[in-house]
This record gives sequence, C-alpha cells and structure tokens, in this order.
Amino acid sequence: MSAENSAVQRSRWLLLHAGVVFAFLYLPVAVLIVYSFNGAGVGGFPPRDLTLNWYRTLFADGAIWESVGNSLLVAAMAVVIALGLGTSAALALDRAQFPGKALFRRLVLLPLILPGIITGLSLLMLFNSDGIKLSLLTIVLGHGTALISVATTEVFAGLQKLDRAQEEASLDLGANYWQTFWRITLPNLKLPIIGAALLIFTLSMDEIAVSFFLIGRDNTLPLEIWGRLRRGITPEINAISTIIFVFSLVAIVLWYRLRVSAEGASEIGAELVDTAAQGD
Amino acid sequence: MFSRAYRAAVTVPPLIWVTVFLLVPYLLMFFYSFWSVSGSQAIIHSWNFENYRELLTIDVYWQTLLRSMWIAARVMLFSLLLGYPLAYFLSFYAGNRKDLFYQLVIIPLWVSYLVRAYAWKTILGSDGVLNTLLEYVHLTKHPLDFLLYSPFAVVLTLTHIYTPFTFLPIYASLEHIPRNLVEASHDLGASPLQTFWRVVFPLSIPGVLAGATFAFVLSLGDFLAPLLLGGPSGIMLSNIVVSLFGAAYNWPLGAAISLCMLVLVVSLLFVSERLEKKWSFS
Amino acid sequence: MPRLTSSNELTPVATAASPLLRIRNVAKSFGRSVVLRDVSLDVAEGEFLTILGESGSGKTTLLRIIAGFENATSGAVWMADQRLDSLPPYKRRVNTVFQNYALFPHLTVEQNVAYGLRVARRPEKEVSSRVEEALARVKMTAHAKAKPSKISGGQQQRVALARALVNRPQLLLLDEPLSALDANLRRQMQVELKSLQREVGISFVFVTHDQEEAMVMSDRIALLRTGELEQVATPQEIYRRPATAYTAQFIGHTNLLHSEVRGGIVRCSSLCWKAQLPDGPALFSLRPENIGIVASAAPVTDGSVRVRGRVRHHAFHGATELLQVECADGLVFSVRTASRADNQSAVELDFHPADAIVVRESVDRT
Repeated sequence: MSAENSAVQRSRWLLLHAGVVFAFLYLPVAVLIVYSFNGAGVGGFPPRDLTLNWYRTLFADGAIWESVGNSLLVAAMAVVIALGLGTSAALALDRAQFPGKALFRRLVLLPLILPGIITGLSLLMLFNSDGIKLSLLTIVLGHGTALISVATTEVFAGLQKLDRAQEEASLDLGANYWQTFWRITLPNLKLPIIGAALLIFTLSMDEIAVSFFLIGRDNTLPLEIWGRLRRGITPEINAISTIIFVFSLVAIVLWYRLRVSAEGASEIGAELVDTAAQGD
Repeated sequence: MFSRAYRAAVTVPPLIWVTVFLLVPYLLMFFYSFWSVSGSQAIIHSWNFENYRELLTIDVYWQTLLRSMWIAARVMLFSLLLGYPLAYFLSFYAGNRKDLFYQLVIIPLWVSYLVRAYAWKTILGSDGVLNTLLEYVHLTKHPLDFLLYSPFAVVLTLTHIYTPFTFLPIYASLEHIPRNLVEASHDLGASPLQTFWRVVFPLSIPGVLAGATFAFVLSLGDFLAPLLLGGPSGIMLSNIVVSLFGAAYNWPLGAAISLCMLVLVVSLLFVSERLEKKWSFS
Repeated sequence: MPRLTSSNELTPVATAASPLLRIRNVAKSFGRSVVLRDVSLDVAEGEFLTILGESGSGKTTLLRIIAGFENATSGAVWMADQRLDSLPPYKRRVNTVFQNYALFPHLTVEQNVAYGLRVARRPEKEVSSRVEEALARVKMTAHAKAKPSKISGGQQQRVALARALVNRPQLLLLDEPLSALDANLRRQMQVELKSLQREVGISFVFVTHDQEEAMVMSDRIALLRTGELEQVATPQEIYRRPATAYTAQFIGHTNLLHSEVRGGIVRCSSLCWKAQLPDGPALFSLRPENIGIVASAAPVTDGSVRVRGRVRHHAFHGATELLQVECADGLVFSVRTASRADNQSAVELDFHPADAIVVRESVDRT
C-alpha cells in the first residue's frame, strides 16, 4: 500500500536524522573518554598507547581532590538551602495569595533563564558592599540562591499532582495543619523532592558561572579544572572529565527513573528546560 | 483551606531570602552602573550616565553585542533544526522505545557543560582529533585553523549544548497534541504532509518558541564557550563583563553591561511569553 | 455488480439493490489478543445502522477499520464495488465523527468545518457557501467565528458533525458521539441526529454501547459480542425475536427459562406448556411486560400458564413498576406492570406460551 510505503520512508529519514543528532551529542564525550586512556595525549589520531597513566596522575593529584571535597561540601549545603526554600516557595505559590506574588514568582524563576554571570555578579556586588569576604560560604549562598528555582519548579509540579482532597480528608479526620503537612503532603512530595535534590546536587557540582565571581581561596572542582585549562591541557583533565561524566550519568538516570515513576515522561519536558538552564 | 499561619510560614522565608539575595543584588547592580571607578581602582559613588554613554558610543561594545546576537541566532536556528525533527520522531514514530530515546537525549543535557566544552576544544584544535583524523585519511594536508578559536567553534559548541534544551519543550508540546486530531485530519482528506503543516506544527509553536528563546538567551549570555574556544574573533558580551570584573577593573561599567543584558533578556522573555500565549490553544 | 451499459463498457455501478458497504470476514488481532473474529456485514445506502456492543466487543475497532485508522488482519472491505481497505484514510469517501469530537483547537468553528474542503483545494466561494449551509443545518451559524474551547460539549458535537458532513461523504461513521453529553441533551441529540440522517440521505454507521439509544435511532442494529456478530436485525425484530440469550438480555430486560422438552410439552421447574419443539433442553426468553398479574379467581385463558409467587422486591419507574417475584422451586421472575395501587406481596402471574421465545445459548468465546 502506497500510504504505508511513504510512512515507512518518512520514518527512515527521521530515524537517520535522530541517529545523526545522537552522534553529534555523544561523540565528543566518547572521544574524550577514549583519549583519557591515550598515552600520547589529548589530540592526534589515531589514539594509541592504551594506558591508565592519566588516571594514576589524577589520583595522586592532591589539589584536584581537595577541590572535589570542597565541591561536595558546597553541593550538600546548596541542596539543603535550595530544597528547603524551594519547597517553601512552591507551597507559597500554590497556596498563598499576597501582594507582589507575581513579582516573587518571576524573581524566584529568573536565575534559571538568566545567564549565570548576572546572578554571580550581582551577588558579588552585594557581598562586596557588605564587606563579606569571598569564600566557600559565599559560593554556597550563590548556588543556593540560583538553584532555588530548580526545587520550586519540581515541587510545584508535584503539588499540582497532589489531590487536594487528601489533605482535606486529613483535616476532616482531626489532624492539624502541621500533622497534615508531615503525614500527607510531604510523603506525596517524596519523589519530586528527591529528584530535585539529585538535580541540585549535580548542577552545583558543575556550576561555574556563579562560582567564578564568588570564589575565595578554596576552589571548587570546575574552577580547579578551569584554572588548569588556562595553563595548558593535559589528559589528566580527560580522566577527571570521564569520572565526572560517569557520575552525572548515574545521577541523571536515577533522577529520570524517579520522575517517570511519579508521572509521565512527557511532563518532565516543560520543567526540565527551565531547570537545565542552570547548566553553566 | 489553609490557615494564615500556614501561609505565612511558607511564604516568609523564601520571600526574605529572595529579597536579600536576588532583589537587592539586582538593585545594587543598577546603582553600580551609575557610578564610576577612580584611577586608584576605588569605586566612586558619584552618580552619572558616563558608563551608558560609553556603551552607546564606543564601537567595540556594539560590535560585540551584534556578534553575540549573531552567534546566539545561529545557535538558536541550528538547535531548532536539529531538535524539532528529533522531537517529532520521538513523539510520533518511536513507539515503545520512546522512553529509551528520551533518556538518551536528556543525559547530555546534564553532563557537565565544562566537560563537553573541553571535549570540543580537544577535538577542534590544530593538533586535535578532528584535524589529525582528516590528515590521517588524507582529506587535508594542513590543519584547518578556523575550527578552533573562532565564532564557528563557539556556535558549534553552543549548538551541541543547547540542542537538548530546544528538544524538550518541543517534545512536550508535541506530546500534548491529542492523536485523534491527526486522525481527524486524515479522515477529512489531508495527507500526512498537509496534516503536519495545518495541524501538528501550529499546535507545537509554543514549544518551538520556548525552545528558541532558551537557546537564544542562554547563548547570548554564555561566557565559557567563547572563553575556551572563541579566540579573539569570538569574544562575546559576557567576556567583556568578566574582564571588567577582573583585570580591566571597572565594576561600574561591568554592572552597566550586565544591566543591559538583564533588560534585554527580560524583554525577550516577555515577548516570547506573549507570543506563546497567543499560540496556545488548550 | 458490473453492468453492461449501452456502449458495451463494463461499468461498476452500485444499484439500489446492492449494498453501499460490504464487510467480508474481517478479523483483527493486536498481538495475541483477538478483537474481531470473522465479521461480515452489509450497510445499505441511506440506512442508519448501529453497531451495538459492550466495551471490549470490538465495535470501535470495526469502525476504525472502516475509517482506515486500523488495518484488518484478514478479510476485506468494499465500498461501491471498490476495495476500500487498500486506501489510506485520506483517500476514502468516508468521514468520521470522533468520540471526543477532535475539533482543531487552533481553528475557529468555521475553519474547522471548512478544513476538508480547503485541503481538497475547493474554490473559496464554494467553500464558504457549503460551510454556511453545513453550519445552518446543525444550527451553529451564530458561533462560526468562535474557537472550540469557547463552546459547550453539545455545540462541539454539532460542529464535528458539520465538519464531517460538509464533505458529502458516501458514508458517515459516528463513534459514540453522544456518550459525553448529559441525559437530556443526549435524548435531544438522538432525535436530531435521526432526522438529520433522513434529511441528508447518507448512510450512517453509529457505534454505541447504549441499547436504548440503538433502538431509538436505528434502521438496523448489529449486535457485536467479543468480536463476532450476535444478531443483525431491525430494532423491532431484535427485541421481539432475539436469537440468543445474550441478545435477549442485552437489549431490554428478560427472563431466561431453562426448560426441557419431551413429547411436545415444555417443562420448566413446576411450569409446563405445549410447544411444537424437538425433544431436548430448550432456553426461552420471556419479556417482563409479557407477564401479567391476575386475580387468583380469574379463569385461565386457553393455553396460558399460571404461577403463584411472592413479591420480593419492586422498583418504581413512574408509569410502570418492575417486580421481582419469587415462585415455588426458586424460580424468580421479573415482571413489569402498570404502577399498582396496592402493595400485595402474594401475587398470581400469567403469561402466554407464545411470548416465550426460543433462544440459543451464547457461546463463551473468551
């Protein structure tokens, strides 16, 4: 049947296009990973001298691991701040009416779409005029602020899925607001909250734009890598990049599975774009 | 249904934080843009329009702005061209492998920006993977030097980064189209191509607008890709700002540029939102 | 049937005698699950045919095969002597009114109705006059410039109807179009749809699970059960002479009497009556309205069967009541009578054997 034939043709072209796009998206990182095992360095073709040398150098590199520790610390604290405030903000947006609510909503979501350096710069000016010295703490404050929007969008979406009648039933049965929050609301938000935590953590670990301006003496991992890039490329960077890739991969697949079990996959699209804007 | 205490408890903390750490800093930035810097690198709080006058009259700022917008426009265009058919394929043709493909698209989205930009740097250099590959198979004799440290490299890298971004809202809007509309269109005599242009595409416009806006705005304000891969010919607005806060120490001027970027971005978002509303029909 | 014309050419022509649509041995499976098993059905020109069935009976699948959204696993569909199922949906002279209307949200009512005509690139003047006519016919002229989201469900349904009819299809398919409407609107639309079909003269194939709806609207009903046709007949025929137990129970209420025939006598529990039937088990369908309540003193009219019982339950339906009467041997009858003035629980039932219709057992196909 000719209709079926042209449908098959169409799907072949679209599949080809999809293949090209996936190749475009994955090849660069694949190359990176391959060359982390390349004895001869980051460039040159074909890769030869399979070696684990660069990984060995990496593991001996104290400065990198110190920065990893810093990043982990910052990310953990950023999760606490962003998640706490973001959940609160989501509840406020869902349930409260107050003057300036529209402005509040826009402000909370703005760092998502605004280039990161603007957020970083404005905070720098704040800290500078208050005489606050730059340090890991200022970075924490910066990440926390920038990433509130991630938690807000995820939790807000989760609140829409929550059946209001459940909370009403809880109140009807004699629980007060606080009890209802702990026993009904929060458990229903478990998945969005865990998902948001994963996302915030991952984004914080990779964050550069805001951190760039708020860094004190201690480096985070991305900034440590950044500093080395200015001095010259070594495949050691390929090695650490590969490790980062693997961890991000695991975190994201986990996050995705959590989200899908909470709701349909296509729903993730809209919020994801907003949250993904934090990538730099 | 919720008591005043409840509503106050959830509203006040984020409200305070957002005011202190977002609103006040933006205001500060606004103020800074009207100040200037003295020879000894101290900030003088004398209110004037000097910075803005400088931005408006000195060529290099206009050139950089235009170049940044041109780069952003190309990134937007290419990522749409890559992202739309991909979203269409996933939504209408992928069947039960939809989920798998979807994960494959969002994974690069989250994997470190720095890692991916760095990957392109190692690939595009004159000793990089691509050049040596081309020489190895005798397609070229000398390294192609436009590959790195050029606007080309920046556009390529940013397209790579932002294609999944444009994919997402387009996919979401395509998924929202009830399949019976496609059937109804066929039923009324429209071929698949006619159905795409008359029904599917118009209903996906909000997603396209959202994706395009993200790609454009985020590329416009990007500073990492041009810094790593742009070279002197690929300098974008954010790089100027960064240097003004670094070596070229002129915070007020930097604040002025930032403020302009902020205004530009917010206006673009506003326009995009209005257009999206106009084209959304559910 | 091809017919020789005066110029000696073979011209396939659908005469008044030959059906518009012929479905022959159509079967459909989705993977392992068999949805349609060997369905053959004719649809005459100008007829209002209803495909009636429960959910899961395959009725929507059958409709979708006719429309072109599914391909039959085996079998063929012909329309006016041409193979229909080899054509994609956009080449068939068949239009569909979808269950949720499927109106294009980004187009106005007018643009929705004009869609098929514009796609076929009809001249604008023709398009606007035909659209106007179609909208007037469904009484939606005032809303021509509105978007679907701004009109009610009933109004959307009319627009969907206009959108399909304006293309003058040979066959109109309606997939449970009234199921989303509330009861009163539904009844109103049933009447309107029926008179519309008479007016326009096109064959309608209507799918529903509502047996009352089917009886009100159809020229013929095709009852579908787990992928096979149980009975195809006019509403009167299917009600008065159901072929199987399933038909008797699905359409209206009935009492099923499991009986044994021996030597021309039917025995069902303590009841017996004469019938010209071969020996062996027999199943009878007896409609509740064919059982009367009589005074015990009333004389037995010839041949009628009497039985005593107690009213266990009664449901008041306004003009009538439906009683559950339990008799000796545990036989329970549903009896429909005019609303009674008294509430006597001891009653005497009376029915004539001619009203007990022999039905086949329905084969379990699951």
